[in-house]
Amino acid sequence: MMDRYQKNREMLSQTECDLLRSKKVCIVGCGGLGGYVIEMLGRLGIGQLTAIDGDTFDETNLNRQLLSLEDNLDQSKAFEAKQRMAAVNSEVVVIPVEHYLTAENAMALLKHHDVIVDATDGIEVRFMLQKTAKALGIPLVYGAIAGWYAQVCTIMPGEDTLDQIYKSHEGRGGEQTLGNPSFTPALVASMQVSEVIKLLLNRGDLLQRKMLMIDLYLNDFDLIHFL
Amino acid sequence: MEIKVRLFATLREGRGKELMISLDDHPTTQMIIDQLNIKKEDVAILLINGRDGALDRVLEKTDVVSLFPPVGGG
Repeated sequence: MMDRYQKNREMLSQTECDLLRSKKVCIVGCGGLGGYVIEMLGRLGIGQLTAIDGDTFDETNLNRQLLSLEDNLDQSKAFEAKQRMAAVNSEVVVIPVEHYLTAENAMALLKHHDVIVDATDGIEVRFMLQKTAKALGIPLVYGAIAGWYAQVCTIMPGEDTLDQIYKSHEGRGGEQTLGNPSFTPALVASMQVSEVIKLLLNRGDLLQRKMLMIDLYLNDFDLIHFL
Repeated sequence: MEIKVRLFATLREGRGKELMISLDDHPTTQMIIDQLNIKKEDVAILLINGRDGALDRVLEKTDVVSLFPPVGGG
């Protein structure tokens, strides 16, 4: 398909499109955020996507998780990511990992990637991601959502920005009481993908040492600088 | 003394975005969250004048306190 990336070329050069095809991105979590992140990175033509999630789809995912369908309930989220991308962009290699990320498997699963995307739904696992990404020297693009609210930032190895975002390493933070609608994960996933592309192409301004705090209910977008 | 407080995300619900809180002399951030009925564990980020702050820090009247709850879903 010669024209697949034609509409990208006003903002990405042919050389950059070719560069993206050589890159490997790991997406941890294939739910609300992860489904949209995988979709967008795949359509941009990233060479390899590793999709990590030990969960299966259930009916409560249908309101927001792009990869969930009425006819794939009970199926592996990671495997469905591979199925989806085979239908959308078969040039992209998707490696499904049908296990949760743990302290034991994190180093082995995350190594050899250019960027890691945090699409998890717990605070403890995010700290494990930050620690492992730091040890591997890989940038981590953080995103978190709860109802109308969301946060996005990019964490370069060693910056440990999560230490400033969460006082406690435990809990889930708001999502359980607020739930998540369809539009918040889509918005945050878009911003995470934008950060990933800038990291991969080494251009543009990153949300580095600063976090975008989003309040869609009051339409407030605050940039919080971590000094 | 009045201290300017900025609230974010769920902490705004029933309280508003930006408040002036009246406190006795030598107020701390702990006194602010107590007055606003915010639990300590519901504060994930605490900034005083844009810098990382602490609950026991004594505030000046020109200080601006910003409070953020944890957001952890995905």
